[in-house]
Amino acid sequence: MIQIQELHKRFSKNKVLIGVDLEIQNGGIYAILGPNGSGKTTLIKAILGMVLPNKGKIHLNQKDIKNQWKYRENIEYLPQIANFPGNLKVSELIKMIIDLRSKPSSSDELIQRFGLEPFLDKKLNTLSGGTKQKVNLVLTFMFDSPLIILDEPTTGLDPIALLTLKELIAQEKKKGKTFLITSHIMQFVEEVADEIVYLLEGQIYFKGTIEELQNLTHKTNFEHAIAALTAQNV
Amino acid sequence: MFKILKYSFYDLIRSRWSYVYFLFYLLLGFVLLFLNNDLSKAVITLMNIIIILVPLIGTIFGVMYFYNSREFTELLLAQPIKRTSIFLGQYFGVACSLSLSLILGLGIPFALYGLFESNAIFDFSLLLVTGTFLTLIFTAMAFNIAISNENKIMGFGYSVLLWLFMAVIYDGLFLMSLILFEEYPLDNFSLLATMFNPIDLSRTLILLKLDISALLGYTGAVFKKFFGTQLGLFISISMLCLWTLAPIFRLAWKAKRKDF
Amino acid sequence: MIKLGNLILVLIVLQMHLAYSKTISICHDCDVKSIQKGISMAVDFDTLLIKKGTYKEFNIVIDKPLTLLGQNYPIVDGEDQGEIIRIISDHVTIDGLFLINVGTSYTSDHAAIRVVKSSFFLIQNVVLEKLFFGIYLEKSDHGKVYHNKIIGDAIDEYNSGNGIQLWYSKNIEIDRNIVQGVRDGIYLEFSDNITINNNISSNNLRYGLHFMFSNDDIYTNNTFKNNGAGVAVMFSKRIKMYQNQFLENWGTAAYGMLLKEINDAEISGNTFKENTIGINIEGSNRIRYTNNHFVNNGWAIKVLGACYSNTFEHNNFLYNSFDISYNSKLNDNVFNENYWSDYTGYDLDDNGIGDVPYRPVKLFSYIVNRTPETIILLRSLFMDIIDFSEKVSPVFTPDNLMDARPLMKKI
Repeated sequence: MIQIQELHKRFSKNKVLIGVDLEIQNGGIYAILGPNGSGKTTLIKAILGMVLPNKGKIHLNQKDIKNQWKYRENIEYLPQIANFPGNLKVSELIKMIIDLRSKPSSSDELIQRFGLEPFLDKKLNTLSGGTKQKVNLVLTFMFDSPLIILDEPTTGLDPIALLTLKELIAQEKKKGKTFLITSHIMQFVEEVADEIVYLLEGQIYFKGTIEELQNLTHKTNFEHAIAALTAQNV
Repeated sequence: MFKILKYSFYDLIRSRWSYVYFLFYLLLGFVLLFLNNDLSKAVITLMNIIIILVPLIGTIFGVMYFYNSREFTELLLAQPIKRTSIFLGQYFGVACSLSLSLILGLGIPFALYGLFESNAIFDFSLLLVTGTFLTLIFTAMAFNIAISNENKIMGFGYSVLLWLFMAVIYDGLFLMSLILFEEYPLDNFSLLATMFNPIDLSRTLILLKLDISALLGYTGAVFKKFFGTQLGLFISISMLCLWTLAPIFRLAWKAKRKDF
Repeated sequence: MIKLGNLILVLIVLQMHLAYSKTISICHDCDVKSIQKGISMAVDFDTLLIKKGTYKEFNIVIDKPLTLLGQNYPIVDGEDQGEIIRIISDHVTIDGLFLINVGTSYTSDHAAIRVVKSSFFLIQNVVLEKLFFGIYLEKSDHGKVYHNKIIGDAIDEYNSGNGIQLWYSKNIEIDRNIVQGVRDGIYLEFSDNITINNNISSNNLRYGLHFMFSNDDIYTNNTFKNNGAGVAVMFSKRIKMYQNQFLENWGTAAYGMLLKEINDAEISGNTFKENTIGINIEGSNRIRYTNNHFVNNGWAIKVLGACYSNTFEHNNFLYNSFDISYNSKLNDNVFNENYWSDYTGYDLDDNGIGDVPYRPVKLFSYIVNRTPETIILLRSLFMDIIDFSEKVSPVFTPDNLMDARPLMKKI
């Protein structure tokens, strides 16, 4: 369970998060949405401890995460831009992350699933964007952690890989895991998300299921509902 | 930290630039020794190159590595690893691979040439030690610059400026102040000013052992005491250690307080 | 024929000496127990054979032509009372003695052996230790100081003396001596036509060899190592200096050689290695420097004050921090066909001579002359840059000071 209280963050003069209060229960898929610059990534990074809040507290399973690092053992994170040390081979990168976390992994199965076997001996700087993203996904899903954070997971994926990703998410969800996902592909969000957290100008503007959102905005189409949500404010 | 160090190091020793850097020193060593045949002159030429080139490569390479591995750093930050371990690990990875290029690149030709039977071995190892110190210092400063500047161009600008300042401008100002205040006793001042620039410090440290200490002692009792005894060697080495530790501590401090 | 005749003459004279002179043995068990007594008993051209033992004597005066021959190095102990031996007669030979404990004095220059107004003396195979002055030649001539060993333990200049000192002496030969640990190894004052060869003068407080107001002297094949300064030549004329070694005279204001008010000297074939200053020249004119080697010195040559018409030809300048230092903008000296290890020019016509001139005076050496502390910037990049710009367009250094024909290869 994630509890966020009165979270403030600004980068020099730019206030990105202004008093965010959020509670996320265990289990389920939460889509964090919002226009560009609304603070989605900052919020995620605050949970990961990569961004240090100016004010406010974040508790993960009732424990304050400030100045901690061990708790990240129970989080998987898929960063937005998949860029790795170029001189490492794919297999070496995977081995390295396994080595760093020293946890059992299901990397072989995932490699097979994304069809990465031919690339294992390639250096990372020779891979295409899509392949890199696949490697990125393998790294994220290969451990069995209760919280998974995906920042734009669909970037650069071909339709088959996208399908595999969706299967994976569904499969892991069944195990009772919690997902935090940001995406610009509304179709994808609509398909996978249980709940929407809508951020606008550094604050939680809406939190609820897709149905609730549709009811609120009187739009049946999800994409239009989101657009309406943004427009209402403007 | 050592895991990160290991991976950064492995990553770097397979990069093209490490090879270029290594081969440069290898070639330099062979050319100097086999065209020149004079070990002590080779050591002096090497000193001139090392105290200028090592800081330059250290800063440029450090800044470049830091910016290039930004995404990778983010990946690591999401892992259950302490922040300071990530940055210090990366730093030592870069510094070690650069130092290794230097030590092997110069060491191999000198060893082949028969350094171990020659009495220049002490001068030569001192040269490598200061070269390593300079790598550690300037890479650490480069990491400091990079971690404090999001903007790559600014970061590169500052690091080149840092090098230029330490390698050239500082000495210019130093010389001007010496000439300006020439009627005052200057020996303590000039020793102190030397301490505040790692490049000058390394230069005097090597000159100290290249039998020029007596030449430096020509100016007066303070220089003579400093350069003529073990005191100079001792103070210079401790100052180099300080110069290494200070930016590393700042890096660790800054790493704890930085958003990514 | 003439030479053979001379030889025969010498042999005849020797025969006469042997025939007429007798040998007096001196030892603790002999009839004659002291050297002084032996001298008073002897007649001209006698030989005193001094056997092994210790003789506590001082102020021994040799007033007739005698030979004092030591057997197995007998010790003459002056017990710090003053002078040990004084020679006031011609044709005296001292051979194979071990003299120790010369008295130190602040008013008179006590020596182990003093030769006064005498000619044709020979001092050889003598060992001196714990001395004040060693061998002191005063107004004497036509003598030889050969193969002696002088080992002092001087600490301060003010209460120590010189190893071999010549004062108003002429036509003396000083050969194969070893002098160390005294004030000046060899000191010449008002002494002309002296030949100094094959000596080793080292670890002396002041100078290895010191000329004052002495003319027409020559020194060859000597080694001067680790002295306060190697050789000082002052106020003297027509000195010839050949094939000497000036080594490791390191330290504040130390130099291989100091030339002060010297004219018409010749300096050739010498090696100056690892000295703070190779040659320090002040007010010296018409000196020819040829075929010398300047290796690893702080300054190879430092020129102070007015020096005119000096020539530097066919010398090697190897790895000196500074080749030449000048403190004025005037130059009336010629540099020609020297080898400079710092020379970076080229030789397109392949005649062994560089096509661009070499400028041996760096701007940095000018700056160091002005503000000595700036030496701490030696070999810094900044200095290299300003040296380079000065090389391109001389502003501070004499613009005609250059070697127009620098050699491409070492001599």
